[in-house]
Amino acid sequence: MKPFTYERPADVTEALAMVAAAPGARFLAGGTNLVDLMKLQIEQPTHLVDVSRLPLGQIEDTAEGGLRLGATTTNSQVAADGKVRARYPALAQAILSGASGQLRNKATTAGNLLQRTRCAYFYDTTKPCNKRQPGAGCAAIGGIYANTAIFGASKACIATHPSDMAVALSALDAQVEIAGPDGQARAIPLDDVHRLPGETPHIETTLEPGEMITAVVLPPPPSGGQIYRKARERASYAFAIGSVAVAGGKVALGAVAHKPWRARAAEQALAGGASPAEAMAAEMASAQPDGHNDFKLKLMARLGAACLTTTGAGDDQ
Amino acid sequence: MKTSFKLNGQAASLDLDPRTTLLDALRENLGLKGSKKGCDHGQCGACTVLVNGRRINACLSLAVTHEDDEITTIEGLAQGEALHPVQAAFLEQDAFQCGYCTPGQICSTIGMLKEAADGWASLVTEDLTADTVLTDAEIRERMSGNLCRCSAYPQILAAIRSAGGVA
Amino acid sequence: MSSVKDWAAPTPISENRSGLIGKGVDRYEGRLKVTGTAPFAYEVEAPSPPAYGVLIASPIAKGQVASADISAAQAAPGVRLVWTPHNVPAQGERGAKINPRSQRGSNPALAAKIEHFGQHVGFVVADTLENAKAAAALVRFDYAPEPADLIFEDNLGAADQPEGEEDVRVGDFEAAFDRAPVRLDETYVSPLQNHAQMEPCATTAWWDGDNVTVHTSIQMVKGGQHTLAETLMIPSTQVRLLTRYIGGGFGGKGQSYDDLTLAALAARELGQPVKVAYTRQQMFQATIHRPAVHMRVRLGAQADGRLDAFALEAVTHCRREAPFTEHAANFARSLYAAPNRLTGHRLVKLDIPAAGAMRAPGEASGMLSLECAMDELAEQLGMDPIALRLRNEPETDPETGKPFSTRQLVRCMTEGAQRFGWDRRNPKPGQVRDGRWLVGLGMAAAIRGNFLLPAKAGVRIDADGTITLRQGMTDIGTGTYTILAQITAETLGVPLAQVKVELGDSDFPPAPGSGGQFGAATAGSAAFAAGMNLRKALAELATGDPNSPLYGDDPELVTFGGGNIAVDNRAEPLERLVARAAPEGVYVEGSITPAADARDYSQHTYGAHFAEVGVDPDTGEVRLRRMFGVFAAGRILNAKTAMSQITGGMIWGVGTALHEYNEVDPRYGSFIAQDLAGYHVPAHADIADLSAMFLDEVDDKANPMGIKGVGELGIAGAGAAIANAVYNACGARIRDYPLTPEKVLAALP
Repeated sequence: MKPFTYERPADVTEALAMVAAAPGARFLAGGTNLVDLMKLQIEQPTHLVDVSRLPLGQIEDTAEGGLRLGATTTNSQVAADGKVRARYPALAQAILSGASGQLRNKATTAGNLLQRTRCAYFYDTTKPCNKRQPGAGCAAIGGIYANTAIFGASKACIATHPSDMAVALSALDAQVEIAGPDGQARAIPLDDVHRLPGETPHIETTLEPGEMITAVVLPPPPSGGQIYRKARERASYAFAIGSVAVAGGKVALGAVAHKPWRARAAEQALAGGASPAEAMAAEMASAQPDGHNDFKLKLMARLGAACLTTTGAGDDQ
Repeated sequence: MKTSFKLNGQAASLDLDPRTTLLDALRENLGLKGSKKGCDHGQCGACTVLVNGRRINACLSLAVTHEDDEITTIEGLAQGEALHPVQAAFLEQDAFQCGYCTPGQICSTIGMLKEAADGWASLVTEDLTADTVLTDAEIRERMSGNLCRCSAYPQILAAIRSAGGVA
Repeated sequence: MSSVKDWAAPTPISENRSGLIGKGVDRYEGRLKVTGTAPFAYEVEAPSPPAYGVLIASPIAKGQVASADISAAQAAPGVRLVWTPHNVPAQGERGAKINPRSQRGSNPALAAKIEHFGQHVGFVVADTLENAKAAAALVRFDYAPEPADLIFEDNLGAADQPEGEEDVRVGDFEAAFDRAPVRLDETYVSPLQNHAQMEPCATTAWWDGDNVTVHTSIQMVKGGQHTLAETLMIPSTQVRLLTRYIGGGFGGKGQSYDDLTLAALAARELGQPVKVAYTRQQMFQATIHRPAVHMRVRLGAQADGRLDAFALEAVTHCRREAPFTEHAANFARSLYAAPNRLTGHRLVKLDIPAAGAMRAPGEASGMLSLECAMDELAEQLGMDPIALRLRNEPETDPETGKPFSTRQLVRCMTEGAQRFGWDRRNPKPGQVRDGRWLVGLGMAAAIRGNFLLPAKAGVRIDADGTITLRQGMTDIGTGTYTILAQITAETLGVPLAQVKVELGDSDFPPAPGSGGQFGAATAGSAAFAAGMNLRKALAELATGDPNSPLYGDDPELVTFGGGNIAVDNRAEPLERLVARAAPEGVYVEGSITPAADARDYSQHTYGAHFAEVGVDPDTGEVRLRRMFGVFAAGRILNAKTAMSQITGGMIWGVGTALHEYNEVDPRYGSFIAQDLAGYHVPAHADIADLSAMFLDEVDDKANPMGIKGVGELGIAGAGAAIANAVYNACGARIRDYPLTPEKVLAALP
């Protein structure tokens, strides 16, 4: 790691000010991704502002009948919460699909959303990567690592977002609350938090510098079944090679794009009376595999259709 | 940077480079070498310790973030000559071979049993709203964050069951 | 030289009067391991606080380090030294044997010539690990890259016969294959795999004058000692190497690496202890791996299943400068009868990290081919896979005609079939469902050679009765400490608690170390011989001591038991005898050498694997549901540790079949998987109900105790049983391991 300084703010306002005051500063919550990347010098913060003890660790009912998950609620805490399990089972399943018990005990809601790709070439610092070094090129393109994007990739980057939780949150139409250094607060749909890579894959979210996520807000649970299923290369403790979240008629796909991929074409097809298989075919029509990741076409079509069938999505059309 | 926490029931104070992970602080600064470094990236679980009763990967946690925390490592489990029941079960069931992942497996087991007792679900819990029943499949899934390359998994399962794993 | 006939006589081991042999006693060092107090190499207390060394790896696959700028690193906080190829101290040339009686060549570090991606080109020592790591990132290298051959598949045409080897032919394979009414000709591919031991390579080193002490994680004590001596260009007597606890080896720590060389060099340079550990990433890129193997199997059979023609031809790869052949065809030379036979190997030399031994080298890859092919041939013939194997069970070694020392393969298969419920298998694939899962059963045979190497051991008894066995042997999790304690206690008729075992020290009588599942037989036989020699010395001591109740007795009539030495009903405790007659203690050594006629027998361990898997038709994911193995491996010394070895091996087979592979990037020569998130060893959830049993067996041709190794047998064939179960579940015959969701899904309708 490169040397850095460390401080612990008392509240959100102080945390925002601390990061604003120090160029190169970063928020540190659970650290399970940031510290990992700092060890490889992929992340090189000069200053860490430890937000893990801020009073953002609550799960609260909202007036609308949903839930507000504080930014520093741990993944374990959210997955264990009785209301989450009863009303948002796809979210609990998605969280429990990810990482390990130990990691979920540290990893936070906000940190999970902001985790970076697991692309092998992003992690191997001897390789060109436009995320690590804008303009350096992308070793994944033309490489042999196959867990890459089939939707929304660019000539600069074909990496995927590795989160399970975010895929369920996308299908659940979650909103993300963000606080900025100027005291402004805003809320945006989860779907608007992550960007597609375009020419600037190093800019992964729409958060402005110095902004921090303070909460994720779940709307009231949708009517209809929920499920999260994940395919991977071993039974546990492995990243997805493809995943599907269904909540009511809403569908999101994981490990297929630079962001949790909201399957709107599938949703429209379902609304129009399509069968699960037809709905997934409609979604996969816009996929652009690169030769190495072609298996994801069949995988996502089948897994998506199976999830839609299990939840009965489309039955009421 | 000055940091204090409670380590295996004793107060510990350190002056640390902020870059020091909890794992390296334990092993290199505090002389507690039982917690192991297998991958240093949260991918093996050999460094598992208990912080405020919950299991975490000590390799991905900066030591300075643990001010005032209560940390329990493998060295803090036995009472003198008397092994912790989970340690005794691992020995009896031959739940290890090379022994490198073992301290992490044992700490993880203790944290896992607490999580189950607290009613936490796992990926293989069929009914998320029902009480936790710690079946073999539940134990296997919940212990999957601790790799054992010697592959003592059947023996680890037996040890956890005999140490009170079956609810 | 001894003969196997000498080994048939009764011994304290075969008599097993106190019942310690075979008993599942707890691991000797278990208490240290469950309390976290067994010091591994990086954790050993040095005489003074150590400095921390960090290695820097090459980003190119082949070429030269043109220049290095170390100024920024040298100026960084806490830095003690920065080495590159331009300023690293002189070392013995690669492979040089400078000492007159050297057993190993040198292994210098930080060469300017780069032979593979990840080769170490720099080394930084600092006061703390944090400072060393930060400084290592500040060293700047310029490289002169050269074209490299990186991809095995692209270079198959350049495959050559390994030096000194010939194909083995019996009869006329081609003619027999051509005329066979039923033929199979398929190629199976096993992938490049990494050992992924949980403990990365590590060394703590310090000097005292001209003598260096190193604690390092290595399977071979003497090999490591001699290698370091050659590298440092000093006599081996000035190198003391210790390796008391090893966090997994699996063949990958059969040699030393740059941590050992550089820790020793830097400790000398700085006059301070230095410790160095590989990172997980360096474990992947800068140690050895199991190479990929292409295996062409041709079987020619009669309609009744009898094989007329059998061929297994294996093509594999190694690093250009480090010849190694994965002998994937050798196991098949002793497995099934067929009068016309062909086996052989070809080798492709690449500019990637070195291939080397990994748990059951040869069998682990090789059996993935033939044991799958037998399943395919059985289906072609409309036979049960076990029936096909029984039909081709040989009476003598099918290649050499030598008698088998023991061979219980048939019983392994039949016993296993009955206990597993093989009769419930539907021979037609894709017929059984459980919820969304397609369920199938598969089986495979297992064979793994048994070996005995020369070894010594020393044993002493002190005046308090404590018996201490010392041997330059290692315990890599195999249970060596425990079985040596059992052997020694049983041989001398004392309680287990009276025995101490000290291993992993080059000052001790030498043993070859852990590898090739020869450890228990080799080290154990030497310990047994030492124990027998101690019996003799004590018998002579007692019968010659006027104060002993045994005074004047015939030493040949002396017995040992219950901690006593006795003749008839005259007895005294060992400690009383020693305290009185030899208060300074009695020390003897013993040794074992292979019997002159041992190779007159075809000697192997055997087994049969049975697996039940589920295949998810939505994703192609395969999950193990149940696995059972039956094994015959000589006398079992410890029911508990032997079972752990066998089930551990079987789980390696699960990983081999389903998860584990690495690939070389064709542009950079680097492995795609460089950590444990990318390289998937089995996790706990992958291993469902998995168990095994041993058949009763004593192999009196193997060694004086009739034991054999069990460390590698469990993996042999295990992966093929899984692949056969996958086929039975879903009808997808995948000959390219591992059976990842991607491949299975592609093969599903």
